[in-house]
Amino acid sequence: MAEVISMRHGSSAGQPITRRDGPLKVTGAARYAADNHPPGLLHAVLATSAIGRGRVTSLDEAAARAHPGVVAVMTPANRPALAMDPDDKSVPFSFRMDLLQDQRVRYAGQPVAVVIAETLEAATEGAALLAPRYEAEPAEVSLDEGEAFVPPIVGAGAPAELRHGDAEAGLAAAANRIEATYETPTQFHNAMEPHGVVAAWDGDALSLDMPTQGFALTVMCLAALFGIPAEGIHIRSPFLGGGFGSKLLTGPQVLGILAARLVGRPVKLVLRRGQMYGPVTHRAPTRQVLRLGAAPDGGLTALHHHVRTATSRFDDFIEPSGGVSHTLYAAPAIRTTHEAVRLDTGTPGFMRAPGEASGSIALESAMDEMALACSMDPLAFRLRNYAEVEPVSGKPFSSKALRECYAQGAARFGWAGRPLAPRTMRDAQGMLVGWGVGTATFPAHLFQAAARAAIRRDGSGLVEAGAHDMGQGAWTAFTQIAAESLGLDVERVEFRSGTSDLPDAGIAGGSAHTATLGGAIRDAGLKAVARLAELATEDPRSPLFGAGNVGVVARDGRLLRRDDEGRGESFAEILARAGLAEVEAKGSAAPDPAAAEAYASHAHGAVFAEVKVDPELGQVRATRIVGAFAAGRIINPRLVRSQYDGGMIWGVSCALHERAAIDRRSGRVMNADLAEYHLPVNADVPSLEAILVEERDPHVNALGIKGVGEIAITGTAGAVANAVWHATGVRARRFPIAVEDLLLDPAAP
Amino acid sequence: MNRFEYVRPRTIAEAVSAAALPGSAYLAAGTNLLDLMKIGVARPARLVDLNHLPGLDAVEHRPDGSVRIGAAVRNAALAADPAFARRFPAVAEALLSGASAQLRNAATAGGNILQRTRCAYFADPDSACNRREPGSGCDARGGENRLHAVLGWSEACIATHPSDFCVPLVALDAVVEIEGPGGAREVPLRDFHRLPGTAPERESALAPGELVVALRLPPGADRFAAHARYVKLRERTSYAFAVVSAAAGLRLEAGRIVEARLALGGVAARPWRAEAAERSLAGAAPDADSFRRAAEIALADARPSGENGFKIELARRIAARALALAAAGTPARLPALPASPFASAPSGGLHG
Repeated sequence: MAEVISMRHGSSAGQPITRRDGPLKVTGAARYAADNHPPGLLHAVLATSAIGRGRVTSLDEAAARAHPGVVAVMTPANRPALAMDPDDKSVPFSFRMDLLQDQRVRYAGQPVAVVIAETLEAATEGAALLAPRYEAEPAEVSLDEGEAFVPPIVGAGAPAELRHGDAEAGLAAAANRIEATYETPTQFHNAMEPHGVVAAWDGDALSLDMPTQGFALTVMCLAALFGIPAEGIHIRSPFLGGGFGSKLLTGPQVLGILAARLVGRPVKLVLRRGQMYGPVTHRAPTRQVLRLGAAPDGGLTALHHHVRTATSRFDDFIEPSGGVSHTLYAAPAIRTTHEAVRLDTGTPGFMRAPGEASGSIALESAMDEMALACSMDPLAFRLRNYAEVEPVSGKPFSSKALRECYAQGAARFGWAGRPLAPRTMRDAQGMLVGWGVGTATFPAHLFQAAARAAIRRDGSGLVEAGAHDMGQGAWTAFTQIAAESLGLDVERVEFRSGTSDLPDAGIAGGSAHTATLGGAIRDAGLKAVARLAELATEDPRSPLFGAGNVGVVARDGRLLRRDDEGRGESFAEILARAGLAEVEAKGSAAPDPAAAEAYASHAHGAVFAEVKVDPELGQVRATRIVGAFAAGRIINPRLVRSQYDGGMIWGVSCALHERAAIDRRSGRVMNADLAEYHLPVNADVPSLEAILVEERDPHVNALGIKGVGEIAITGTAGAVANAVWHATGVRARRFPIAVEDLLLDPAAP
Repeated sequence: MNRFEYVRPRTIAEAVSAAALPGSAYLAAGTNLLDLMKIGVARPARLVDLNHLPGLDAVEHRPDGSVRIGAAVRNAALAADPAFARRFPAVAEALLSGASAQLRNAATAGGNILQRTRCAYFADPDSACNRREPGSGCDARGGENRLHAVLGWSEACIATHPSDFCVPLVALDAVVEIEGPGGAREVPLRDFHRLPGTAPERESALAPGELVVALRLPPGADRFAAHARYVKLRERTSYAFAVVSAAAGLRLEAGRIVEARLALGGVAARPWRAEAAERSLAGAAPDADSFRRAAEIALADARPSGENGFKIELARRIAARALALAAAGTPARLPALPASPFASAPSGGLHG
């Protein structure tokens, strides 16, 4: 087969083109799941539990049914049968769901019934009229409650405990030691688009408009739950209004599908904002104890990162906060341990940088405290402990431009000359000013995906894969990769995506969607071009006849001889002469075990934060954030900058704003709306800058991509907290940092 | 939400008549009422829509020096009225520090003073709340109560009134004009909101069916214009209710304070006028010591109602800050971050 080289184009990979779905979004034409209204549609609304633990003893179904417009009330008594127990976990990556299997209440906010009506208003009122009565048991919702256990695994399968070297000996031998406890709160994903579904049954065929971060997993789970063929399930999810890990299949969506089954008509179920604080996962609270030892020169001698977190009483997801300590700093002895308690809450789950986000807050704060103990600049201290190889495995990094991130970020921020002592900088108004730094890190994952590419008679390209655009720009980035692999301008490439009947694009998660599906698209595109090249180079009528040995170049819809680019012909000419409507190829991507064995692969970054603190009132504002990130090859710098900005904003949120206020008696989230669950607004992030540090990675995967979706939430919260310390001299270890933590003695110097 | 009757009266008399039936609620912008209806906290049988009544949306600067603000004047429109903002800069600053631009474009002056507390237990029909359901108890006690009242609360209720607008208004002796089944009457704003006592469900001086038609600032209320500020401490820079806030107005002559006004927000079930503190400032030097002393007097009766003891010292400090900012002089232009501590600092900078 002829060797084919694809060339970059003005609009293909690497270029900051605007998102292809932008006009649809700003004009409101982009159709999200809940925008669909098939004929005969009914509306379903959940009734949810007000207690944290116990049983529903009665529902006033008669009152609900009597309400005008109400069509049906679904309860455990009449819920259509399922082929599988919702508490069965035999489908990979599935979690136990609350699908009205009985009257048990396992957490506040759990669905206990569904009301289906002709209008949303009638269904809503019907749900209110159910007025559930309960037999309540005391609920436990705090990390201080319950008996801790050591889970078998944390996160998606990491061990709960890891020992590298002898941490106790390292601590004993250290000249400087710190031990500090950090607390992070329960957080909810708060995607702008609530979870929902528009479901329609035709016999055993199921048609769904439903946001999902993973078509294949969702189809597999639904097929098992309903005992129907996977081929009969068709899901459309062209756009998600954010997912952040919460939009794999969730119980409420299945309840919408069950409701459609019950009434024999299409049903729409969309969670109210307040209902998104319970059954669709969250980030569990953590209490993390960091013990660090350092030699007189600042070299770490030991690092012990202990995590206490929580899962639900009925399922396991353990926030793997200790993971960041495995890979970031070169301590000769590293130990991470996790324990968990069972609480009467919904099951926690994957939430943007699960583990890394919460763990990074504690690790970066502790590194700052240790730098102070060593009387070192926090950046110099991090450089002193720079990991040249992955600390716990000893593997070389497939690439690591963290040093450049530190350097470029520090230069842009103006870090040089920062006074070591806290509470030494003021602005012209007298506000306290502080600077902090944090290191960002996130592993480069790769999953499995498939794609199909075709070159059509008119010379245009078609690429198909069931990708997931959560707002990150999948429609655009994948088209760019397709264009590059096909040797076409993006305007000549059609990308079909967003439905479950297309090739399995894997999941949008783990910051791996672009690398994984991009690899499959590249593979498919290159193979399609190779087929075309084969047609040409073996055809005596082609100017490329016989060029198989020297190779051909695909560019701008033409194949050219590599040794003489004056000779070539267009894709359309080749297909026309061959009498073909198209050439097509299937591509795939999968992890390379050899590369994973040989190298550790992580994206890195350095985040620098400036905060101002009112010395009397304690109000904090993150006035300036600069983050420099190295994440391998960048497909679209504009989209990537958005990901970094969004991550850093979330980091500011973790440090200063966001927290679920859970009533300790009922377990209910008392700030379950966007007015009271505080996320940063524009005025909270007045200056935000992301630097894209060049990094070439020949090992990580075919495209050299590490992923950018999650990394920027790491590092940032620690940088902000460290800046707060530098401004005030107060080390806040409970997050988010609150006004009352910083009510300083105004008489202090 | 529940099914309700919708009435669109053409005159104030029609509105008052329509609302005389029990279970009626007046609807202005609905920025608060409709939210409460959606979550099942408010369940009116009838909505009397005020949005089409004539004559309620004017800001009148009257010859006697008073100003009459129609109840339907939108928050944004009032803040943008140049004469109003010049004469009552702290009121404009308070308005612009509230909610979001979208809400301010809709929310009305009358609706603002009648907005309900943001206590999470009030907003949760599954919680006990004496304010929402008399006699049911108060789950805010012993619950999430960091931001609850430190002044004027009772065992029955520890909620706060969330308005920013009301804080400078009460400092300036605003008057509420009311129409009702019994005719027209007026109530000083300071007496309009009731402290909870044993009947927290009685939130205001309004009798059933009564309608707020205007707010009035009395003649001479603009004498503080040169030294008037509102300061609001929030948990994010914008779009958040006050943890605590303060409005201050001073009249200075020959380097002394002749007259002072001070009110606090976020501390009680009503905008909290601090008259004893005001009296302590009369004749005093406009300096940090005077302001701190006044702030201590203002909070003399404060006590925590839960995990909110920090609010007492915070309220003292924000009162002192507002006074210091007022003494420094009203800025020529409203700051870009109205009422934010980050908007401006007293001349000479912050000590501490």
